[in-house]
Amino acid sequence: MNNTGKIYGINGPVIYLKGNTGFRMSEMVHVGKEKLVGEVISLDKDLTTIQVYEETSGLRPGEEVVATGDAVSVTLAPGIIGNIFDGIERPLEKISETGGAFITRGVSVDSLDKTRKWQTHMTVSAGDYLHGGDIIAEVIETTAITHKCMVPPNMEGTVLEVAADGDYTIDEPLLTLELLNGGKKKLTMTQKWPIRIPRPVHHRFPASVPLVTGQRIIDTMFPIAKGGTAAIPGGFGTGKTMTQHQIAKWSDADIIIYIGCGERGNEMTQVLEEFSELIDPKSGNPLMDRTTLIANTSNMPVAAREASIYTGLTLAEYYRDMGYDVAIMADSTSRWAEALRELSGRLEEMPAEEGFPAYLASRLSAFYERAGMMQNLNGTDGSVSVIGAVSPQGGDFSEPVTQNTKRFVRCFWGLDKSLAYSRHFPAIHWLTSYSEYITDLGGWYQDNVSPKFVDYRNRLMALLNQESSLMEIVKLIGSDVLPDDQKLILEIARVIRLGFLQQNAFHKDDTCVSMQKQFLMMDTILYLYKQSRALVTMGHPMSVLKKEDIFERVIAIKYDVPNDQPELFKQYKRDIDTFYQTVLEKNA
Amino acid sequence: MSIEYLGLSNINGPLIVLEGIQDAFFDEIVEFVIDGKERKIGRIVEINEDKAIIQVFEGTENMSLKNTHTKLTGHPMEIALSPDMLGRTFNGIGQPIDDLGPITSNLKRDVNGLPLNPVKREYPRNYIRTGISAIDGLTTLIRGQKLPIFSGNGLPHDQLAAQIVKQASLGDDSDEEFAIVFAAMGVKHDVADFFRRTFEESGVADHVAMFLNLANDPVVERLITPKVALTVAEYLAFEQNMHILVILTDMTSFAEAMREVSSSKGEIPSRKGFPGYLYSELATIYERAGIVAGVNGSVTQLPILTMPNDDITHPIPDLTGYITEGQVVLDRDLHGQSIYPPISILPSLSRLMKDGIGEGYTREDHQDLANQLFSAYAKVGEARNLASVIGEDELSPIDKQYLVFGKSFEERYIGQGPDENRSISETLDLGWELLGLLPREELDRIDTKILDKYYKETKVDENITATSSKGSVANADLG
Repeated sequence: MNNTGKIYGINGPVIYLKGNTGFRMSEMVHVGKEKLVGEVISLDKDLTTIQVYEETSGLRPGEEVVATGDAVSVTLAPGIIGNIFDGIERPLEKISETGGAFITRGVSVDSLDKTRKWQTHMTVSAGDYLHGGDIIAEVIETTAITHKCMVPPNMEGTVLEVAADGDYTIDEPLLTLELLNGGKKKLTMTQKWPIRIPRPVHHRFPASVPLVTGQRIIDTMFPIAKGGTAAIPGGFGTGKTMTQHQIAKWSDADIIIYIGCGERGNEMTQVLEEFSELIDPKSGNPLMDRTTLIANTSNMPVAAREASIYTGLTLAEYYRDMGYDVAIMADSTSRWAEALRELSGRLEEMPAEEGFPAYLASRLSAFYERAGMMQNLNGTDGSVSVIGAVSPQGGDFSEPVTQNTKRFVRCFWGLDKSLAYSRHFPAIHWLTSYSEYITDLGGWYQDNVSPKFVDYRNRLMALLNQESSLMEIVKLIGSDVLPDDQKLILEIARVIRLGFLQQNAFHKDDTCVSMQKQFLMMDTILYLYKQSRALVTMGHPMSVLKKEDIFERVIAIKYDVPNDQPELFKQYKRDIDTFYQTVLEKNA
Repeated sequence: MSIEYLGLSNINGPLIVLEGIQDAFFDEIVEFVIDGKERKIGRIVEINEDKAIIQVFEGTENMSLKNTHTKLTGHPMEIALSPDMLGRTFNGIGQPIDDLGPITSNLKRDVNGLPLNPVKREYPRNYIRTGISAIDGLTTLIRGQKLPIFSGNGLPHDQLAAQIVKQASLGDDSDEEFAIVFAAMGVKHDVADFFRRTFEESGVADHVAMFLNLANDPVVERLITPKVALTVAEYLAFEQNMHILVILTDMTSFAEAMREVSSSKGEIPSRKGFPGYLYSELATIYERAGIVAGVNGSVTQLPILTMPNDDITHPIPDLTGYITEGQVVLDRDLHGQSIYPPISILPSLSRLMKDGIGEGYTREDHQDLANQLFSAYAKVGEARNLASVIGEDELSPIDKQYLVFGKSFEERYIGQGPDENRSISETLDLGWELLGLLPREELDRIDTKILDKYYKETKVDENITATSSKGSVANADLG
């Protein structure tokens, strides 16, 4: 018999129950006649506090609250990929079938389709001894993803009988396990897992492989490792969402979990439409076949916004356990932090900085620490990378969410307003951003791209830094008075900014660039620098060098050289040599 | 069935406390009768067993702890809906104030609305031509978008909104039904009058539903005004298949009303005294724009907000910018130079623009041209900064060219008459003409093919600056 209580007070998404209800912390409850979903967030001898994941208008004191006995958890089984859920894993498609265009309250739908039959191939046989996490069956979930059904992490035993290969729903038993205590347990494809508890792993690996995104400023300048964490802070209009979309589209993760947390409804629609049409260049399948969307738009109830981040993480960890590289896009973690603040305010907790609750930092660290490259319980390797957008208030990076996030991420892509205003995209500023992974990943670049890669990257960064200090002078006295070698640095830095850092997401060749092309572009730019510097040292003024169109041509490489024709770069080197000769001859 | 409760326990600003009530629910609407004659309505904002905190819409004047009878209505805030609402004027809580009688309809809706399911949305792609170059060319308005105007006190945001209404409503595709829902929150009488006059003059008055909460109307009423207006807009758009343009002015008053009520409820303040739920509350308003898949109607929002002290980082514009799909920012300097509309190009943005322009919508060169204009104008700012340090004479020739470009751009592209209605190709061609003031190698945001097709060098001569300054004088006269 489940515990029950009666509503005493209602304040927005928070409700109070009088008396000792016997509810447990984080337990899921059904509130009122409409059975709204809620969660227990605080217990007292004579007061139980519950946050409700749905709109509470219409609730009356005295209505019944029923405990479910389980913590707020998600259902894990085939059918997750390609789907779109709200913050507590309710499928929005199904909700629209029953409720129409608007999301009504108290909709009761299953998280996953229980009637669909999945073609199942069993990978164990009777007599096998299975541990938690071991793979028992494989299901083709989408064209891109093979779903691996596993023994729940906290269970082990000997297989007594196994179903034959065939078509099963997610609730039909696949095998019977004899547990250590002699009990018998029928296993299906389905697992339940509480969203606030990380799924167990065997151990954690250090970062060593980059998450290749096809975006030059990320891959070359500020890379993120598989299993790494990154934050993208930026005021509105600086391109957080655009950057996240680009990574979701082009990164080499196996699975993308896109969490739209308190953001715009139209953006989620756009992802849905666009990802269904776009084809993954590596596998040839629609991008939606490797993507799951969690949409809790800004007008949906605030408590579910708080939960949506954990729902996404748990889904990601589940697929990591199968041995996949999963990347989470959380857009935006600030909305999640604000949901915490809003609920904390309703609970009349003592506010810390800017009204945020004092536990903001610990919640953020717990969130980012669930990322990592892991060896799973079943021996496979998988990773969860977390890329969180941060929407700082007033675009000011000194606010609490950005500052606390900075402490727990190792990669920081700071978006800059002035770059965005001049429509330099991605507006990631090279001077404020950093990546701690660059040294960890050095070995990978050496083996897989070129031994010179890290050196070249550092030389580009050095040129950009020199440019920035020279610009201080230029701002005071203009660029005409600089000596020619410094003018050259400004010119080369311009080539780097326009030709390398700036990337056009709407251009078919430039939207995603291979590591090899990124390297060759750097190589060409640095060769141009070397030859021009030789000319300048010989006394040829920059005005003469700039009469040639070579600088503009190198800038246009990003458009003119397709990803699959690296041999064209040889021609650019020859052209730079010709440019060198021409200047020498003309001015001999 | 309805029980009347006599007397109150507490009155504090717009909030009252009533004890001993039975069977009331959260968000329920209650009716008050004061001294047996004056009627008011209120909303339950917090409830603890038999004690309810009620927010009184028309203000608590005249109410005493003894003279008030309270009745529960048994429903949340609702409004009767009918197509006849067009051409009518209502107060801030949706009661007619134009002496034309009540709206009779059986169809009633909860004004709080429900979130639109993202899978049932249709991504907005059709642009609305406003005839204003700075908007059409650089921050294109898309049907189903929410594009706020960030303004300051004394800037011509009302004229701009009125011009958009006039020119957008008389667009080329006039076969579709178009209507305006106008919600005023805490605006001055003059402003409300200005809009009423504009609607009448441009002949759209019978296609407008006006909801007026003026500056001296009760503050609490303001909290419900945009919700009432948007409920009407959603009904007209998604059930009557109309294209609705919603003008919400001024969102700053709305947010300040929220702060006032929150503080009298004794809630814990977050930024600048605003309640922690300011973002969620603004979002429930702004997110009620869009298109429902399979329905031939749309809600486009044009909220206006005045930035306190022209500060774009103030919580109200800041949170708004994070929810809306871009913003049009007005600038005091441009206004000071008599440039109308004084749209500050660089911080202005339309997020939906990229999918609603280009080949098949406007013209193939639109996106590249817009990017280049943004980028070139950003450089104008740098050149001006430099000029203010070292003097204009010391600038390099290219920086001087940028200064010329900047001046013409502001006067001819941004600046235009309050009745001037430019076509898309006029706007785009003007953009190319201005880019012609710059040498071709400076244009680094444009595809080579498009440059070949459209770029033509413009000879810099005295005429350009001469004619344009005349133009801006004319604007100043009209403005």
